[in-house]
Amino acid sequence: MKKSFFVVVMISLMLSFMLISCGKKAEVEKKEDSVKAYKISLVTDVGGVNDQSFNQSAWEGLSRAKKDLGIDVSYIESKQDADYMPNLETLYDSNNDLIWGIGFKMADRVLEAAKQNPEQKYAIIDYSYGDKTPANTIGVLFKEQEASFLVGYIAGKMSKTGKIGFVGGMDVPVIHRFQYGFDAGVLFANPKTKIFEQYAESFTNAATGKAIANQMYKNGADIVFQAAGGAGDGVIEAAKEKNLWAIGVDRDQSDLAPKNVLTSAMKRVDNAIYDVSKKLKNGNFDGGKTLTYSLKDGGVDIAPTTKNHVPQSILDEVAKIKEQIISGKITTPSSKAEFIEWKKANIK
Amino acid sequence: MLNNLALIIGVTLMYSTPLIFTALGGVISEKSGVVNIGLEGMMVIGAFIAATVGYYSGNPWLAFVSGGLGGAFFGLLHAVASVTFSANQVVSGIAINFLGPGVALFLSRIFFNGATTTRSIDLDNKIPRLLHGIFPNDSFLYYVFDNQYATSYIAFILVFIIWYLLKKTVFGLRLKSVGEHPAAADTLGINVFRIRYFAVISSGFLAGLGGATLSISVVSNFRPTLVSGQGFIALAAMIFGKWKPIETMFACLLFGLAQGLVIFVGQFDFHISSQLLNMLPYILTLIVLVIFVGKSVAPAADGIPYEKEQKH
Repeated sequence: MKKSFFVVVMISLMLSFMLISCGKKAEVEKKEDSVKAYKISLVTDVGGVNDQSFNQSAWEGLSRAKKDLGIDVSYIESKQDADYMPNLETLYDSNNDLIWGIGFKMADRVLEAAKQNPEQKYAIIDYSYGDKTPANTIGVLFKEQEASFLVGYIAGKMSKTGKIGFVGGMDVPVIHRFQYGFDAGVLFANPKTKIFEQYAESFTNAATGKAIANQMYKNGADIVFQAAGGAGDGVIEAAKEKNLWAIGVDRDQSDLAPKNVLTSAMKRVDNAIYDVSKKLKNGNFDGGKTLTYSLKDGGVDIAPTTKNHVPQSILDEVAKIKEQIISGKITTPSSKAEFIEWKKANIK
Repeated sequence: MLNNLALIIGVTLMYSTPLIFTALGGVISEKSGVVNIGLEGMMVIGAFIAATVGYYSGNPWLAFVSGGLGGAFFGLLHAVASVTFSANQVVSGIAINFLGPGVALFLSRIFFNGATTTRSIDLDNKIPRLLHGIFPNDSFLYYVFDNQYATSYIAFILVFIIWYLLKKTVFGLRLKSVGEHPAAADTLGINVFRIRYFAVISSGFLAGLGGATLSISVVSNFRPTLVSGQGFIALAAMIFGKWKPIETMFACLLFGLAQGLVIFVGQFDFHISSQLLNMLPYILTLIVLVIFVGKSVAPAADGIPYEKEQKH
């Protein structure tokens, strides 16, 4: 009797907290407009909509679409990987014109949903289905290598020891784009630079990130770039403790250590989402395709706080290089193979 | 070469400190006969509260202790469930593991404008690094101790305090007797409930300190993925250490050492995939477990709720 009573209490407590922590689930805001109101929703991955990273950025993009374009927007947060499918189905049932899946983790689920509901439009961030993209789906990729090239160039110019580190989360293509773009940028600034590279094999373990960064600093690096999610927090912490430089990723991470974050390679998920929403409202939907956002359309960039630490002369050079990347004069490698080719062509 | 060794030792200490706090919590609780798989959830809440109090008060010690108290509160919940109401201790522990992150996220959104990541704490307001700047740059001791936060030393001191408590004091003996044969202890006039309450709440306190170590020593902010499984590693270390404080400490150090080795070996351009390399801590654990440790036996009444009217 006591036992069962307790179990009931515990479970209801748990459920209520889970509900509360989900916060404003599927917050739909109405817009009184006589024209056809478009309705766009997104499913976050497990980071949640306030993760101060790409989920948050995605929601900011949609919020801007609501403000500027009068589109109805809403979101659902996923608490675990198993939530993706139910969340996609919930949004399907609520008559959206377009449903976004945020993050490559959701790739299989979005594809499944897209095949089941051919009349519903879907889009996914950070994933491309290549030739197999269903006609009702858009894949969105970013040229992370372009922003990474720029921060790499800054690092190459700013390093006093001629040694620079890169800490990656895992050995996967999206991290390679950061890594090899960065490597190329560093060598472009100073071909003699020695680059240390190591993977944390984790996007969460801050202690590992910190230990790797400490090792790089011990070996003489004075700037370390991280593309390692939560493990990257450890890298920035190490820079803070040693009073050396770290470079942030995805968003302007300067707030984590204002004195020690040199710059950040930003990925503007918000701009991509806004752009796709705008096109949809104008009647264009590039179904079956993969869209790639780059420096040119504001899909990636370097952080505005870069100017706090980097001298104007280098900033001017960076601006010039940015133009050359946009015009195609400078290419940026996105994989190891491309990097080797790039090195042959550009570094004597 | 010597400096590389020093760096590995440094990583070992940093990595094992949160595990030691938490695993010690596990030892105390299970010695009294209450299984505590809620360590993970208690770590999460401890990490969150420490980061929040640290950010707003600027006092690292207040933050550290608050983190512990947060864990202790969850320990209290676990105790109410598993001691007073004789609930299944595993179920209650799992509930704590859900509740911890849930409450942390909920509060984080209130205190940090909807953000699930807390604001970063300045280096000056973190736990002090006791031996920072004492040793000359590039010396062996510099790489071992310069970057160690006071929490690392506290963890080792606690190991001996708890060892002493369990081994040399009347109270420790009572605690163990409650974990081995609560009915016998009861007939001798020992208050089983009170001792188990004490053990489970202190277990939560220690796990909270472990979490706090992560958020205000290892890094300087809390994010929902910060703990990600370390509570379970601590639980494994406790079993590995045969439910004894000193052995458990060595188990934690072994995990830390394996991590240090992975990071050290990972810097060389071997043709081993880094995924394989990262299995090293677990493979090492298996090997040590099979060859050196032998049978690990839990306290006899571990996991069994004690009910007075129960007939034996």
